[in-house]
Amino acid sequence: MNIIDRRLNPKGKSLGNRQRFLRRARAQIVDAVRQASGGRKITDVLSGENVTIPGDGLREPSFHKSRDGGLREHVLPGNKEYVEGDTIPRPGGGGGGGGSEGSPDGEGEDSFRFVLNAEEFLDLFLEDLELPDLVKQKVKASEAYSLQRAGYSVTGSPSNLNLVRTMRNSLSRRIALRRPKPDDIAQLEEEIRILDEVGADPANIAMLREQLETLQRRSRLIPYIDPVDVRYNRFNHVPKPVAQAVMFCLMDVSGSMTEHMKDLAKRFFMLLYLFLQRRYRQVEVVFIRHTHKADEVDEETFFYSPETGGTVVSTAFEEMRKVVADRYNPDDWNIYAAQASDGDNTSYDNARSAAMLEQIILPVCQYYAYIEVGHEDQKWPDRETELWRTYKQVAAQCEHFAMRRVSSRSEIFPVFRDLFNRERARM
Amino acid sequence: MTSITGTPIHPQGQPLFTEADWDYEALKRVYDAIEDIALGEMGLDIYPNQIEVITAEQMLDAYSSIGMPLMYKHWSFGKHFAQDEALYRKGMRGLAYEIVINSSPCISYIMEENTMTMQTLVVAHAAFGHNHFFKNNTLFKQWTDAKGILDYLEFAKKYIAHCEEHHGEKAVERVIDAAHALMSQGVHRYPRKRPLDLREDQRRQRERWAYHERMYNDLWRTVPKPEATEAPEPENVLDRRKMLGLPEENILYFLEKRAPKLQSWQREILRIVRRISQYFYPQKQTKMMNEGCATFVHYYIMNRMHQKGLITDGALLEFLHSHTSVVFQPDFDDRRFGGINPYALGFAMMQDIKRICEDPTEEDRAWFPAFAGCGDGLAMLREAWAEYRDESFVRQYLSPHLMRKLKLFRLRDDADEPDLLVDAIHNERGYRQLRRSLASQYDVAQLEPDIQIVDVDLAGDRKLILHHRVIDRVLLDDKDSRAVLNHVANLWGYGVQLYEVDAKTDAVLKTHPEIGPSIEF
Repeated sequence: MNIIDRRLNPKGKSLGNRQRFLRRARAQIVDAVRQASGGRKITDVLSGENVTIPGDGLREPSFHKSRDGGLREHVLPGNKEYVEGDTIPRPGGGGGGGGSEGSPDGEGEDSFRFVLNAEEFLDLFLEDLELPDLVKQKVKASEAYSLQRAGYSVTGSPSNLNLVRTMRNSLSRRIALRRPKPDDIAQLEEEIRILDEVGADPANIAMLREQLETLQRRSRLIPYIDPVDVRYNRFNHVPKPVAQAVMFCLMDVSGSMTEHMKDLAKRFFMLLYLFLQRRYRQVEVVFIRHTHKADEVDEETFFYSPETGGTVVSTAFEEMRKVVADRYNPDDWNIYAAQASDGDNTSYDNARSAAMLEQIILPVCQYYAYIEVGHEDQKWPDRETELWRTYKQVAAQCEHFAMRRVSSRSEIFPVFRDLFNRERARM
Repeated sequence: MTSITGTPIHPQGQPLFTEADWDYEALKRVYDAIEDIALGEMGLDIYPNQIEVITAEQMLDAYSSIGMPLMYKHWSFGKHFAQDEALYRKGMRGLAYEIVINSSPCISYIMEENTMTMQTLVVAHAAFGHNHFFKNNTLFKQWTDAKGILDYLEFAKKYIAHCEEHHGEKAVERVIDAAHALMSQGVHRYPRKRPLDLREDQRRQRERWAYHERMYNDLWRTVPKPEATEAPEPENVLDRRKMLGLPEENILYFLEKRAPKLQSWQREILRIVRRISQYFYPQKQTKMMNEGCATFVHYYIMNRMHQKGLITDGALLEFLHSHTSVVFQPDFDDRRFGGINPYALGFAMMQDIKRICEDPTEEDRAWFPAFAGCGDGLAMLREAWAEYRDESFVRQYLSPHLMRKLKLFRLRDDADEPDLLVDAIHNERGYRQLRRSLASQYDVAQLEPDIQIVDVDLAGDRKLILHHRVIDRVLLDDKDSRAVLNHVANLWGYGVQLYEVDAKTDAVLKTHPEIGPSIEF
């Protein structure tokens, strides 16, 4: 008898099956995920999700007898009062006789419920979305390099010595040149020693000695390891593409921004963050809030601390420019920015904002999204807000600038998808 | 000093374990003790055992790949895994304590979270009960190759992965989908006539030539031949069917060998699915006996261990608790009723056989004159385990005593009648009827529809014609049948038509619409 502990075997043996299953049910699952995402909090997006999908397309049909019609006999246990000849009214629904209900053998399930983990959920949630200009076009020569293995070389530093290769070369050279083996020499010496002790057959001894000398000379001349054997691991320097991103969240926090508006903005920022996180190894977030003056704050303050004052958008741009100049060299970082505002701006600032946006901010950004948030159930009036009008001119000239309006929670996701869907990314 | 002075029957026996948690040492000790009882007292004959400890996740894994330790990849296994996992996580379903595989060595998976008592139970149940059944039952002997199955699965897994690489996952998935739909129509129920092998064929051909040469007479050459007749004679239907080996109930086999458009890798996949289906066919037919045997064995062993003082009273109570829930049979009107519990019926029948052998009543002597009172119940059981399957086992051994105990009765459900009729109960008139009906409830040939390929229109549009031999007017499920026929048509490459024919009168009860292939494989 053997007892084997399999508990430490690699997990997820059925991963391949699961992937095939998810692919098979993709359309249904995506639908379910979209629906589920409508109702959940943004902060929960990272946890898994219970989804229920219709069982069509996942059915495994087989030939089997139908559940009704014909003549059937059932032998059942637990008779209490029946005697031969009793009749029992058919149980409701005309179903298949006594008690065969309640044993669904996997057939005919209408819907199918299971758990998606966070990874799978997000994959489906953000499916079809693509970032425009994923990687910086200009990768400068002096940028970060990574080492990549590139075979072997005959020169190198001792730390890169490849022992296996070296010894293999040495061995083959020794075989090719017939370097005598230490054992052979030892054996010969032993033979000579024995003959010496006996003292007979001097001619033979002389011959053996000569042989021994030849062997010793050979083994001296043919070194165990020769410089030609030595091999080093070789590494190439490969320029590393910029794979880090920074995301600027700009938000108007003046008194006119209600909690609802901030909530909408927050949701949008969260989505953008999740999305960037899946595309870049490292994503940093910078929060800049502004009233009539702007400052960089942490997330808590950004979303929750009240602030009053006027509204001057250009101050935020000024702050962003400063942060970029300080910490995020546009050559090394992919810069994304999202701005949320209710559309108010002091009128004298409009021209200045537009100019700053166009000349300073947009050139360093990969993508700039402006979200105008409105009151709940707000029907967008014909009258456009100050900021909207200003930005519209900018948008007309600039491809990687996008602006959308959002007034209720349910619109966030569609707007987000709209901004990043593949079609747009391709153009 | 405590006042409890219960003396064990064999005071020399020290309990093998007292802790609830298991460890390898205790497991080993327990295994050896069980082996003593199982081989020494019960006379069981087993494959070498391999016991593997696994986690809950691995158990779910094993569930989803129909209990086999390795399996090719297919979405349906992923689906079952997701389903089982969801139920398990919510606590709606517990996991089995063990899974055992009919292979040599016999692999039993046991869960890490079982207590020591449960591990003892599981080892007795799986590693000895099931193991003995696998090794000795005639169906398993005849149809399965315990030594080869794991190697074959290994091959199947590699082969299908290889196909996926070469032909794309999608193409492979379609073939497997179709094959799975026909899985229960992919078994040989009877040993086949062995086809002639090449050497035999050549020998016959040589003989024929030799005969021809011996009989050669040049004169025949000069005899004028009749003009070549126009229009070949109409093909003889019987000849054609014989040539194709029709009628054939193993649809997968037929398609594998005869479908004109399949490529060789597709045929091989059909073959893999067919062989796996064949491997499981005996399990389908012996579920109740197999479980009954394992349950009887663990019950016997656990009680003997307690008698010998090898397990504590507490362990015995813990064992009885799970044993009784395993063999619990709710009444038909109970909410928990889900058919006859195979563990309950199997265990009860086997206990009953032992009773009849050792302590028969007059009635038993009248019903079972061959073995009532023979004295050696275990020998009788070993014979039953070896020679019978569920259907014949019930037909042979279900006693009036047990029918009364279970209070069996028979309901006749005729769709043409307004009400259900109780037409036999556990009394003198009913015993034989009940036994016959219950036996046929376990007859796989009765449970699964009898579907055969009867003809192919070779000269015409190559339409494949299937018949369902209808018993008692129970037709096929319409929606599913259509889906399966679609799969058949895809494999066959041409149209397929299914007729439902009454088995007794040959009257056509229903004609399904002809279904053509929807995708090119």
